[in-house]
Amino acid sequence: MQPRLDRRSFLRVAGTSLSIGALYSVFAPLAWGAGGEIIARSLDDLNGEAPAPFSFVQLSDTHVGFNGPPDPLGTRAFENAVAVINSLKKRPELVIVTGDLTHDAESRDEHARRYRLFKEIAGKIGGATLKVVPGENDAALDGGAMFREFMGPTFYSFDHRGVHFIALDNVSSGKPAIGAEQLAWMKSDLARFPASAPIVVFAHRPLFDLKPEWEWFTTDGDEVLNALSAYENVTILYGHIHRENFHRHGSARMYAARSLIFAFPDPATTAVKKPLPFDQRAPFRNLGLRVVKGRNDDLHIEDVELTISEYSGTVGMDRMLKHGRADLVDE
Amino acid sequence: MVPSHRANAAGPQIVEIKAKKFDFSPAEIVLKKGEPVILRLTSEDRTHGFLIKPLNVDADIAPGHPTDISLVPNTAGEYVVICDHYCGIGHGNMKMKVTVR
Repeated sequence: MQPRLDRRSFLRVAGTSLSIGALYSVFAPLAWGAGGEIIARSLDDLNGEAPAPFSFVQLSDTHVGFNGPPDPLGTRAFENAVAVINSLKKRPELVIVTGDLTHDAESRDEHARRYRLFKEIAGKIGGATLKVVPGENDAALDGGAMFREFMGPTFYSFDHRGVHFIALDNVSSGKPAIGAEQLAWMKSDLARFPASAPIVVFAHRPLFDLKPEWEWFTTDGDEVLNALSAYENVTILYGHIHRENFHRHGSARMYAARSLIFAFPDPATTAVKKPLPFDQRAPFRNLGLRVVKGRNDDLHIEDVELTISEYSGTVGMDRMLKHGRADLVDE
Repeated sequence: MVPSHRANAAGPQIVEIKAKKFDFSPAEIVLKKGEPVILRLTSEDRTHGFLIKPLNVDADIAPGHPTDISLVPNTAGEYVVICDHYCGIGHGNMKMKVTVR
């Protein structure tokens, strides 16, 4: 008897996010059971590549170049994240960074230096392919010119082990928007896929109205979600808000990753958008790595905390000790 | 004091708002419910945005090109205006308040 093709249970994109990033495991539970081969072959015919188990990591908002209150540690959390990724027993095949790779700088030379430093640190990630989208800090003042120079296109798509990935740019026009041209491209890109295709979309800003007064939205995000509504298995990853969030829209599941620089408070309980203060006694508070591994049809979650060691002696820490206060900073 | 005037006696009130990195001036305006108003927006440096999402107001303000927004605020309340055209490192906190009563 031919097994029933239940897409939702066939391929699960499971994920969770913490400040150091998120590791997602994509796996096909039924592929190991009776009839799994038939289903895999079916999707192979439909999508061109049979889904296979793999994992990937999402990092966000590394803000390379930022070095002062409320996080005086500069790139330390980013560097630690790279070390944690490299120490994972099950190495991710992709590392996706959802924007604000660099902290904005008025000087072009300084901004270029920050891009180079981002690439230097990210380049130490072993064995994984890096995929990035711009945040407003990276690309909103020059229309994405420097991002394209250092990192490549601001939006694109690719396939990996049967999953279709779409990278969207909702920053480089200066507005929180995708724009008509990119929307048309996305619809055209999606057109070749059946409704069952597993799709992962990643962008910097949320594609729904999370907190418009804090610019946590995308003006035409609803048009993206409408275009995706025809698909049964959609995961959307984003950053920008420097905290965890989960939101569901139809069948699309949206996950925000925390940042690697400082956290923002919960907008539901806080009136003012102001970074959470740095705590010298626990400099990596809210930082950590949650690893999600697929084991057949079960999930196994491990929380890994960062250590406090080796954060002294940075320029920002000196400033923090001298002034002892956290200034307002941009996201 | 909110800088405002009328182009003519019968016309709507014109309220002038200036944008610059990373503030609006004035930081707050009060509008009368149901009374037509023109918000005259100017930028002193680079392009800024002017978004009042609940009132469906979304405009860009380019330097040297004043932007007029005609508005009849029909719902009383306090509205946060944000700059929604990225303008630099302090952009995330560039905002003002519009009160309608």
